Amino acid sequence: MEFGAIFKAAFALVVGLDPGFLAIVGLSLRVTLTAVLIAALVGLPLGAALALARFPGRSAVIICLNALMGLPPVVAGLFVFLMLSRSGPLGPLGLLFTPSAMIAAQVLLVLPIVIALTRQTVEDLWGEYRDHLRSVGLEGLRAIPTLLFDGRFALATALLAGFGRASAEVGAVLIVGGNIAGYTRTMTTAITLETSKGDLPLALGLGLVLIALTLAINAVAFGASRIGARYAG
Amino acid sequence: MTLTRRLLLLTGLSVALSGAALAQTTTATPPAKTAPADAGSRFITVSSTTSTQDSGLFGHILPLFKAKTGIEVRVVSQGTGQALDTGRRGDADVVFVHAKAQEEKFVADGFGLERKPVMYNDFILIGPKADPAGIAGAKDITTALKAIQEKGAPFVSRGDKSGTHSAELALWKAAGIDLAEKKGAWYREIGQGMGAALNTAGSMGAYVLADRGTWLSFKNRGDLVISVEGDKRLFNQYGVIAVNPAKHPHVKINDGQAFVNWLVSPEGQKAIADYKIDGQQLFFPNATQAGA
Repeated sequence: MEFGAIFKAAFALVVGLDPGFLAIVGLSLRVTLTAVLIAALVGLPLGAALALARFPGRSAVIICLNALMGLPPVVAGLFVFLMLSRSGPLGPLGLLFTPSAMIAAQVLLVLPIVIALTRQTVEDLWGEYRDHLRSVGLEGLRAIPTLLFDGRFALATALLAGFGRASAEVGAVLIVGGNIAGYTRTMTTAITLETSKGDLPLALGLGLVLIALTLAINAVAFGASRIGARYAG
Repeated sequence: MTLTRRLLLLTGLSVALSGAALAQTTTATPPAKTAPADAGSRFITVSSTTSTQDSGLFGHILPLFKAKTGIEVRVVSQGTGQALDTGRRGDADVVFVHAKAQEEKFVADGFGLERKPVMYNDFILIGPKADPAGIAGAKDITTALKAIQEKGAPFVSRGDKSGTHSAELALWKAAGIDLAEKKGAWYREIGQGMGAALNTAGSMGAYVLADRGTWLSFKNRGDLVISVEGDKRLFNQYGVIAVNPAKHPHVKINDGQAFVNWLVSPEGQKAIADYKIDGQQLFFPNATQAGA
C-alpha cells in the first residue's frame, strides 16, 4: 500500500472507533496515568526532601538519579520481569503478565524523572526564598509543602515529562505485560504487533491516536497552568 | 484569598487529579482489578508462538473454547524457544509451540506433562518476484537453498530460536550447507518474529522461510511471492504441553489440561480446520496421527 492510502485507511479507523480499539486506548491511559500518579505521590516529597537534606553521599545519589532518567525501558522491563516471574523473588504474587506489572515497570521509568526534576526545582526555590521562609518559621521538612506549591508549574512539567516517557515506551510493557489481547495490550504494543503483521493502517491509526492523546493532555496541562498563573498574578 | 488558593491548587494539579480520578474509576470496575489471585475470573496463561497469533488462529478458536468452558485463555506469543522458557519458569500453564525436538526435551526435563500433537501447516519459501536466485517453482527445497547460497542472493533468517528458525537451520543442514562457514553478507539474521521477517524481506528483496499461516494473513506483501512450496520436508508440526505442577505447584493444571484436551478433541480439531482466510485452510488438525 502506498503512503497516502495508508494514511487514509488509518484515519478511517480512528473515526470508526470500535470497542476493542477503545479498550486498548483505555488500558494504555489507565496504566500510564496510574504509574505517573504513584510516581508523583512518592517522587514529589522525596525529591523535595533530597533538595533540602544534607547527608554524606548526597551528590552520588543525585548523580545516580539523574542517570536513571535515561534508564532504557527494556532494561527496566527485564528487571521487573525477573522480579515478578514465578521463578523470581516476587513470583508468588502472580503479577507477571498483568496490568499491575506494567504499572510497576512504568513507575520505575517515571520515578527517577520526577525525583530528579523535583529536586532541582525545589533546590532552586529554596536558594531564592530561604531567608523569607526562615523568617516565617518554615525550615527543614516543614518548608516542603510550601516549596512544592510554589514550584507547581515546573513540577507539572516534570510530571508531563514522566507521562511522555511512560506512554511512549514499548520495551518494558511488552516484556512484563506479554501483549495479551484484551488484557495487557496497550497502544504501543499493539502498534508493534500490527506492524509485524504488516497491517500498517491499523498500526498507524493507533499511532495517530497516541499522538493525539499526548497532545490533548499537554494542552489541558498548559491551559490549566495559564489559568492558574493568571489568578496567581 | 482562600478561594484563589483553592482554584490554584485545583488547576495547577489538574493533571494529577484527573489521573487519580481515572485510576479510581477504572480500578472500581472488575476487569481492571483482575489479578491472578482473584477468584471471580477463571483464566489460564498459554505461551505460544508468533505464527499462531499472527495468523489469527487464536482469535478464531479461543472464543469457542471460552463459550464452552468459561475459561479465558490469555496468550503470550513469543518465539518457540522463548515460549518454552516461559513455561520452564512457571509463567505459563500451557505451552503451544512447533519444534518437536525442543518440546520432547521440555517434557523429558520434567517441565511438561505430556506432549500431544495438535495440527500442522507447512513452511514456504518466500522470495521477490524478480527471483534473483532463479528458483521459482522449484520442487526441492534443498536445491533452492543451494542456489540462493551459491548466487549470494539475500536471505532473511529469523535468528530468534523460534520453531521456524529451527526448521530453517535443519533445512540448510539437509542441503549440505554449513552456515557457520558459508554465511556472509547475503545471510541476514534479524532476531525478530515472522511478520517482522516478512516486512524485512519485502523491503530488501530477500528470500525468507515462512509458515503458510502467517503468510496468508500477512498484509504488506509488496513484491513478495511464494518461490518454493510442497516439498514434504517443509512440514510444520504443532504440539501442546501442560506445564508440570510438580515443578510449579501454582500452575492451573485442571483448566490447563482442559484446554489441552479440548484442542485434541474432535470439537477442537474441527474448530482448527474451520479457520480459513480467503477460503484457504491454514492449519490441518492431526491429533490422532501416530508419531506426529
